[in-house]
Amino acid sequence: MEVQVMQDILGKNDQIAAENQVFFAEKKIFALNLLGSPGAGKTSLLEKTMAALKDELRMAVIEGDLFTSKDADRIAKYNVPVIQINTSGGCHLDAAMVQKVLREMDLDALDLLVIENVGNLVCPAEFNVGEDLKGVVLSITEGDDKPLKYPLVFKESAITVLNKVDILPYTNFDMDGAKKDIRMLHPSAQIIEVSCTQGTGLDEWYDWLRQQVQAKKQRSNACE
Amino acid sequence: MHEMAIAEGILDIALDYAARNDAKRVGKISLLLGEMTGVETDALEFCFESLVRGTIAEGAELALHRIPLMGRCHSCGAETHIEHYNFLCPSCKTGQLDIISGREMQVEYLEVD
Repeated sequence: MEVQVMQDILGKNDQIAAENQVFFAEKKIFALNLLGSPGAGKTSLLEKTMAALKDELRMAVIEGDLFTSKDADRIAKYNVPVIQINTSGGCHLDAAMVQKVLREMDLDALDLLVIENVGNLVCPAEFNVGEDLKGVVLSITEGDDKPLKYPLVFKESAITVLNKVDILPYTNFDMDGAKKDIRMLHPSAQIIEVSCTQGTGLDEWYDWLRQQVQAKKQRSNACE
Repeated sequence: MHEMAIAEGILDIALDYAARNDAKRVGKISLLLGEMTGVETDALEFCFESLVRGTIAEGAELALHRIPLMGRCHSCGAETHIEHYNFLCPSCKTGQLDIISGREMQVEYLEVD
């Protein structure tokens, strides 16, 4: 006997993600799902962000990591609320993992929640966690071929942060080519060049975050 | 290796629909997989086989149907197969292509006894 189904395989995840999204809308929090390879500089970017914006924006961070709390420990130094999710080997965060820790967090007075995903350019792109937007950090040392090798993550990300641009002269990274590939995949994507160690380009990143926080507040207010 | 999570999703749906139809065995599960989904099919089959042991879906065949990545131009409305992940419209050269298919990950139907 044939039984018609037509159900999304990740439907359960999408349903929980939608619940998280409603929650973020109620609290008027801009939630960013930050993706990137291990070592791309996701946590470094967040450290800079926490230091620069902590008196201006009320922020919190959820850190996804396989086993350790190394990243959460780095963020905690900035006196920003941080919660660690250990996936015990799991290659991505899913909406249920995020929902569980949201219950433990005080989100009443927050503007920005960054969910730093497990370092991985493949799996996290398939799992919404309820974020407003995804962003990806790609570092120069990973190579300019990555956008086309991992198209989904760049397609899904509203912003690509190209990190470690200070070492461009010592590599064969083709900046124009990489940007062209990212724009081909996602014509309206924002692309910014930064160096977390040198501090260059970060103002552009902060401005983008400020705009998103502002836009989320306006959207949430309009819905009331 | 998110294929395990996908395999779990497939099995949950299959067992749910099998139970609703009082099935004793699931023989086949037909899947729709978009061209732009990050699913490694060998890994998916491997995960699925290990998950179904001891369930009524043990031995079930996974029939994979690929759905092409199609886009519609935001500016000129042209519909086209998206080649090499180029989301700029090949017709008008200026518009963005919005995905109309190719991101599916669905259980289409089951064959049960």
